[in-house]
Amino acid sequence: MTTKMTGAQIVVESLKKEGVEAIFGFPGGSVLPLFDALYDAPFRFILVRHEQGAAHAADGYARATGKPGVCIATSGPGATNLVTGIATAYMDSIPMVAITGQVKTFLIGNDAFQEADITGITRPITKHNYLVRDVKDLARIVKEAFHIASTGRPGPVVIDLPVDVQMAETEFRYPKEVHIRSYKPTYCGHPGQIKRAAKMIAESKRPVIYAGGGVMLSGASQQLREFAEKINSPVTMTLLGLGAYPADHELSLGMLGMHGTAYANYAIQNSDLIIAIGARFDDRVTGKIDEFAPHAKIIHIDIDPTAISKNVKVDVPIVGDVKCVLTELLKIVHRPHDKEWADKIKHWKEKHPLQYKQDDKLRPQYVIEQICEATKGNAIIATDVGQNQMWTAQWYKFQRPRELLSSGGLGTMGYGFPAGIGAKVGRPDNEVFVISGDGSIQMNIQELATAVVNNINVKIAILNNSYLGMVRQWQELFYKKRYSHTRLQNPDFVRIAEAYGAVGIRIGKKEEVRPAIEKALHTKNVVVMDFIVEEEENVFPMVPAGKRLDDMIGSMA
Amino acid sequence: MKHTISVLVENHPGVLARISGLFSARGFNIDSLAVGETEDPTVSRMTIVVEGDERTLEQVKKQLNKLIDVITVQDLTQKKFIDRELLLIKVEAATPKDRNDIIEIAESMGANIADLGAQSITVEVVGDTSKIDKLTELLKPFGVKEIVRTGKIAMTKDVKEPKEPKEEQ
Repeated sequence: MTTKMTGAQIVVESLKKEGVEAIFGFPGGSVLPLFDALYDAPFRFILVRHEQGAAHAADGYARATGKPGVCIATSGPGATNLVTGIATAYMDSIPMVAITGQVKTFLIGNDAFQEADITGITRPITKHNYLVRDVKDLARIVKEAFHIASTGRPGPVVIDLPVDVQMAETEFRYPKEVHIRSYKPTYCGHPGQIKRAAKMIAESKRPVIYAGGGVMLSGASQQLREFAEKINSPVTMTLLGLGAYPADHELSLGMLGMHGTAYANYAIQNSDLIIAIGARFDDRVTGKIDEFAPHAKIIHIDIDPTAISKNVKVDVPIVGDVKCVLTELLKIVHRPHDKEWADKIKHWKEKHPLQYKQDDKLRPQYVIEQICEATKGNAIIATDVGQNQMWTAQWYKFQRPRELLSSGGLGTMGYGFPAGIGAKVGRPDNEVFVISGDGSIQMNIQELATAVVNNINVKIAILNNSYLGMVRQWQELFYKKRYSHTRLQNPDFVRIAEAYGAVGIRIGKKEEVRPAIEKALHTKNVVVMDFIVEEEENVFPMVPAGKRLDDMIGSMA
Repeated sequence: MKHTISVLVENHPGVLARISGLFSARGFNIDSLAVGETEDPTVSRMTIVVEGDERTLEQVKKQLNKLIDVITVQDLTQKKFIDRELLLIKVEAATPKDRNDIIEIAESMGANIADLGAQSITVEVVGDTSKIDKLTELLKPFGVKEIVRTGKIAMTKDVKEPKEPKEEQ
């Protein structure tokens, strides 16, 4: 016999069935019944200080653990505050379930207090969304939401839950399986296409693997490694792909694209075969699209058919899960070591390494190198957006997947710190560093309270150059140094940290960098490191927008 | 080139908004869109006429397929199909001669007189695009006061093809 439960209890029971351990959220009038049910539920509930923080934390949790992140907010402003976080997750294909309160069913559409049409607002930035009108549908919808969020090309799903549905009662039966007649993602690639790809790879002289976030999402790093080594192909990664292949391996070319390594971009432009794996030919990656890899044929492996032939013409498309396709491909593919191509790559690596000026000044790249050394490349790093993000991508040597958390597609400032909180909640045994800028950190600095109160001991490195650095860099290079509204007059970050109960350290000299990082690592508290770095340092090399990939500036050749 | 796409969708609230939102967000132009329930009340059929080259159409179809509420997408332009549209056209008809001429044109085109007013006549016709365009052309000289079109609906012809699954890419 099944007993009756309220909608709110059904949500809690359903989340238990989905194996949810942590929830990030903020209460409000339209989620009171749900919060009442959460009061004695067995989840770790992290009360954030702004709903945007909840969405980013759920996203960071998902990226670090591979499990869908869960966040909860009330109706109206609570829900709209989640929007940036949902859009961030959508652009980077991150599995997330966001539950929002909604006004009572009979009030919907009446401009009621704290009413917003959140299913309407989030339609273009979710993989799917639901407005629950009948409590009898609720368990099925939660089941479907988790299924949709975490399968195929993952993404965020919103469940909008009116307050009367949270209070209505029905019998709770959690479906064992999901039946959505219109949603059956393709998992294994077409065998014929895989054969064609293997043939093309065997015949190629200058192959390059271009790996993206899809490798991470599919959990296919091991397969990628075997594949690269079996076909003796160098591997370049997108921002979201960093860690898919170990940075210190000989075949790694680091990141490609606008701020990629010169050797990755040269390799792409001189390649005769690009093997794109779980990547989508974003404009920051390809540069001028008509002149991207002009001599290359393209094999594209992706689970999302819409990603294929959207930006570039693909010779062999393979729709399927990266792990499954690579596993199949590994069985049949052969390509011998080719000294000529390997030597060429080696030559570019030697001639055009990543570099910055070595002097006494405190340069941001040095800070990141030191964080990398001090953590032996084993920390989870959450970045913000701008120069701090690109320097992290260039100078932190990511060895494993799911250790770089960064808003790649949407480029959301304010992402890093709450994402770092989410990652630390999901993987408490790992060191989590947030690498931010003086601009970005202030977009969600209120989460210092969340981190301190909940003992979520992330270490925050602010690369403080008193500018919105990346915008300033563009103004310097393309707007005649007219620094329109990019100069920042900052608060005292050390005192802010202390006011929140965290530890603050200011670092102004190069020799103070390593001791500060060591101190942070040995402090059982949230630590804010305010690195006062060179103000007008630029991220180089750089492919100016709309230029060819090998048309880089500042590669110091 | 114009393509007629037939889309089977879940018959839920909000599905039309999802489809139209997708077209506007991705910069695809809709020429016309007609929606109605099918023989299965849980399913609606949308007939969408969209203008674009092959690559745009590929993206339209893939993006539609990606929506959870979309069950199947068929580009009818690649098949044998019947299409129909309903047109209502109100034309000026002040003189007896005009009235006679309009009625004659309507009859010759297999159209009906939907309303006879003191100053105007409303003609209704069902047909494919060329028939509707032709009638509109013929009636134009009298002075068109108002035109309403339903947008095209379409159906494949029975040519004993096996039933299509969700389109493969």
